[in-house]
Amino acid sequence: MELIINLLINGLATGMLIFLLAAGLTLIFGLMDVLNFAHGGLFAWGAFSGVWFYGLTNSFTVAIIGAILTGIVLGFITEKLIITPVYGNHIQQILITLGFMIVLSEMLKVVFGPNQIAAKTPPLLSGSWEIGDVIIIKYRLFIILVGILVFGIFQFILKRTKIGLIVRAGVMNKEMVQALGINIKQVFLYVFMVGAALAALGGVLMAPYSGVIYAEMGMEFAILAFIVVVIGGMGSFPGSLLAAILVGLAGSFMAYYVPALSLAVNMMLMAIVLIFRPQGLFTAKG
Amino acid sequence: MSILLKVDNIHTHIGQYHILQGVSFEAKEGEVSVLLGRNGAGKTTTLKTIMGLTPATSGTVTFLNEGITKNATHHIASNGIGYVPEDQGIFGALTVEENLKVAMRKENDAARERQEYVLKLFPDLKKYWKKEGGHLSGGQKQMLSMARAFINDSKLLLIDEPSKGLAPVVIEKVMEAIIEMKKQTTIILVEQNFIMASRIGDTYTLIDDGETVQSGQMSELIQNEELKRQYLGIG
Repeated sequence: MELIINLLINGLATGMLIFLLAAGLTLIFGLMDVLNFAHGGLFAWGAFSGVWFYGLTNSFTVAIIGAILTGIVLGFITEKLIITPVYGNHIQQILITLGFMIVLSEMLKVVFGPNQIAAKTPPLLSGSWEIGDVIIIKYRLFIILVGILVFGIFQFILKRTKIGLIVRAGVMNKEMVQALGINIKQVFLYVFMVGAALAALGGVLMAPYSGVIYAEMGMEFAILAFIVVVIGGMGSFPGSLLAAILVGLAGSFMAYYVPALSLAVNMMLMAIVLIFRPQGLFTAKG
Repeated sequence: MSILLKVDNIHTHIGQYHILQGVSFEAKEGEVSVLLGRNGAGKTTTLKTIMGLTPATSGTVTFLNEGITKNATHHIASNGIGYVPEDQGIFGALTVEENLKVAMRKENDAARERQEYVLKLFPDLKKYWKKEGGHLSGGQKQMLSMARAFINDSKLLLIDEPSKGLAPVVIEKVMEAIIEMKKQTTIILVEQNFIMASRIGDTYTLIDDGETVQSGQMSELIQNEELKRQYLGIG
């Protein structure tokens, strides 16, 4: 039983990290119809800038805020310089964002050096609780709580605020949103920046979880995030959470019971969903 | 009556297709101007071109004496043109209330008064206030779409085929609503149903193969059997 609980917590924590990356990606794809392969680069920049801020201030709160701000700034630059010229053209989007992903990774090496960097867990979140035979690692629980909090905040924004309504409406019918007098391009920019901030938050939380960070980590996680977006339904925020948890749990359990299939299981999940429900588990379209 | 909107020899391309090849007409304040023509004549594209959704490649659109030909759609809408598309453009996963809230640009007393007015005009919307737009009937969707365009004190409404796919009894309701809205705003209406168009319209513009064929008073067209037979297939 304790093994199951530990695997559950591991899977949920990994799932929440993937969710943070996928949440921005699904909104960007759903609203803006943009395939952003550079999203993983923003995740990696979040991790590196967070570790840098933590080293500078010894405060994990500052590290998180610094990483989020880095994400916002990079999101602004990416949308303005890279995405704006290729709206409406998927092939160009794939090529330019993949290229920019490489640029972001290489820039990390230029700024922080080519080697892996160790990331420490803040003392307050280090260690574990033992409840009977079950060992609960504090930091993993922290990640799960942050994931739930982020989901709650964004659900509130999407469901209860005017800007949230506009974003949801934009996912369904961009043309009509414009015809109601709303500057959809400005909304695109905000959504992109928020998506980048979420990716950076995922990165900074990932750093102590994995213990080391490296420039290519973004691409590895971005693939998982794309799988989650497809499984969850493009543009669906709750769909991303559910799919990220599924992917996280499947990876966690398979890594223990059938290690050889731990990587393939995500692809299998995606294939099953695509066969039986090609639009994904949830749909954002009205 | 002053001219509110003037469309002057607009040409519009969609991809490689030259859809509008010289459409011209005027809409006078307080009137209902009806665009008539066969399927594929270019009526819907004309409305989309006015809204900036399929911008004109040449020619001019003037609204309130200001050129809007190259303006972005959201600017055109903010300047006072409301749009009711052919497919109604309802946000299906949003409730009736949320659809109206997205449309409401300023949430002040004037806007709330206007909301009360549209709810009196379309009582069904109040009844289904918390119902998702995607679950409304065709007629209710049409009413919601019209209410949404009307809620911002638009000076001009572009309404595309409001009777399309609706039962006769619902068409009657929609028509009554348009007649009521006409008291407060100017309307450009695209309509295939000539009975409805002739009852509501003050003026007409006949469009065929992307060009304006003729414009005039609706009363003249009602009498002109040859024109109706030639371009509308009726009479």
